[in-house]
Amino acid sequence: MSAVIEVSVSHRLGAFALDAAFTSDGRLTALFGRSGSGKTSLVNVISGLIRPEDGRVVIDGRVIVDRAAGIFVPKHRRRIGYVFQEARLFPHLSVRQNLLYGRWFAPKAEDGGSKLDDVLGLLGIGHLLQRQPGALSGGEKQRVAIGRALLAKPRLLLMDEPLASLDEERKAEILPYIERLRDGFGIPIVYVSHSIAEVARLATHLVILDQGKVSMSGPTAELMSRPDVPILSASAEAGAILDARVLRHEPEHGLTILDTPAGPLQIARRNIPEGAALRVRILASDVMLSLKPLNGISALNILPGQVSAIGARHGDGGALEVRLDCNGAGLLARLTVKSAEQLRLAPGSAVYAVIKSVSIDTP
Amino acid sequence: MSDWLTPEEWTAVRLSLIVATTAMLASLPLGLAVAWLLARGRFWGKSLLDAVIHLPLILPPVVTGYLLLIGFGRRGPIGQFLYDWFGIVLSFRWTGAALACAVMGFPLMVRAIRLSIEAIDRKLEDAAGTLGAGPFWVFLTVTLPLALPGILAGMILCFAKAMGEFGATITFVSNIPGETQTLPSAIYTFTQVPNGDAGAMRLTLISIAISVAALFASEFLARLVGRRIAVE
Repeated sequence: MSAVIEVSVSHRLGAFALDAAFTSDGRLTALFGRSGSGKTSLVNVISGLIRPEDGRVVIDGRVIVDRAAGIFVPKHRRRIGYVFQEARLFPHLSVRQNLLYGRWFAPKAEDGGSKLDDVLGLLGIGHLLQRQPGALSGGEKQRVAIGRALLAKPRLLLMDEPLASLDEERKAEILPYIERLRDGFGIPIVYVSHSIAEVARLATHLVILDQGKVSMSGPTAELMSRPDVPILSASAEAGAILDARVLRHEPEHGLTILDTPAGPLQIARRNIPEGAALRVRILASDVMLSLKPLNGISALNILPGQVSAIGARHGDGGALEVRLDCNGAGLLARLTVKSAEQLRLAPGSAVYAVIKSVSIDTP
Repeated sequence: MSDWLTPEEWTAVRLSLIVATTAMLASLPLGLAVAWLLARGRFWGKSLLDAVIHLPLILPPVVTGYLLLIGFGRRGPIGQFLYDWFGIVLSFRWTGAALACAVMGFPLMVRAIRLSIEAIDRKLEDAAGTLGAGPFWVFLTVTLPLALPGILAGMILCFAKAMGEFGATITFVSNIPGETQTLPSAIYTFTQVPNGDAGAMRLTLISIAISVAALFASEFLARLVGRRIAVE
């Protein structure tokens, strides 16, 4: 079976050269990189706003660009939704008219009318229909923009840093909608971001861009737990992600017990329903390593595992990252070079990862 | 009020309104196309086109009128073609007056529309494209409505210019009462005859009233449109 997204393009924009290739089957593919790494150029190529000098773009088996074969489908025939960094709502149309704009041009044959209600429900924007875009808050505008793109019945949804222009509170307001969109709508998403937290929370597949080139591409959990991806592992926010399920609650202590591939985890939160699936993120700096199982320590989570890789020291700093294999799942721990030496860590060493319950990050 | 003006004066007022409205409406489609080309097009000879369109603004109106006479007169190359193929005569007809007014008002109209098209955020047009709208629909549903204030301003400017046009009109189609005698020509005629002062003054007042009304109408429409297009 061919991949959902298959991109291999080169294009020159002034002094900047884009030369990127990746394939992804993910429900949400994140393009991650510093600003200026070519993320926006790449989504503009996929959307048809840029005509690449050379290369191929295939979405869901449909060739939309193949310069060698002389194929270039214009942007309005691609049916690729695009949510821009600034919402770009039409100021002369009401929210309802904005939402329904793409419907005029979408094929009529497929499914009937109920979709507007689904989208309104998903994004919580039903009460805004009669307003003008000028009267909306930043977060509302962005939700309407997402709805507008969805209602054009896209085969693929591009989101170019849709949260970048919003403050933390607004970001937190929109993130759950994007998760619901990822899990419930069946439209593959390409999501551009330079925020590790956003990528860790949303992405199923991760493509790392550096100076116009794809430096790495793979499942998010795998890349996040590698010690040799400096843009991720050397950042202050480095950390592994685990897919978890709520096993039970321990109400007397206000704890929730999660089942994860790496073993059970106790976290200090209660408001998650039993059985719910969620993603937890364990920052590398929150993980301690011990050679022996520990007693008499306050941390509740002690997971046995093996060292599977040791990263390089950061420049002349005193820290490095170690990847652990815990029952098949990857964890990342940040240690001092000195500790790594004293414990004589090497690939294959058996260790215990010690994680404080209060520092486990869940959405 | 009808006994306030003589029938001849009424004819001049009515003719002027017809000529100016015709000039404004007839030049609108072409004005839109040219303004769009100048704002968005990238082609060889763009600055030449720009210069040619602005010529009537710079040339003495009499020169424009004379060029029209040479080109569109019965024996002029274009005038002869129009007569032979379509039976259209422009010289010394009110349609010729409308043509002269349109030519004189055209640069003002194009300028206003062009500026408003240039002011539109092209990212909105890109967004419409990704939503499935082809170039024509993007123009119709995004560019045109957003340029509406400029289009209205351009139309009013063209209308006002046409109401006041004198030099090119009188040169091209002369000053025939009931056919080509517009308000300014009629005022001019009054000033050339003894005891014409009262008539000249009446028509002058009407001229002022129409101009002020046009100005208010444009302000009102601009505000109406501006309120709908809330600034993001």
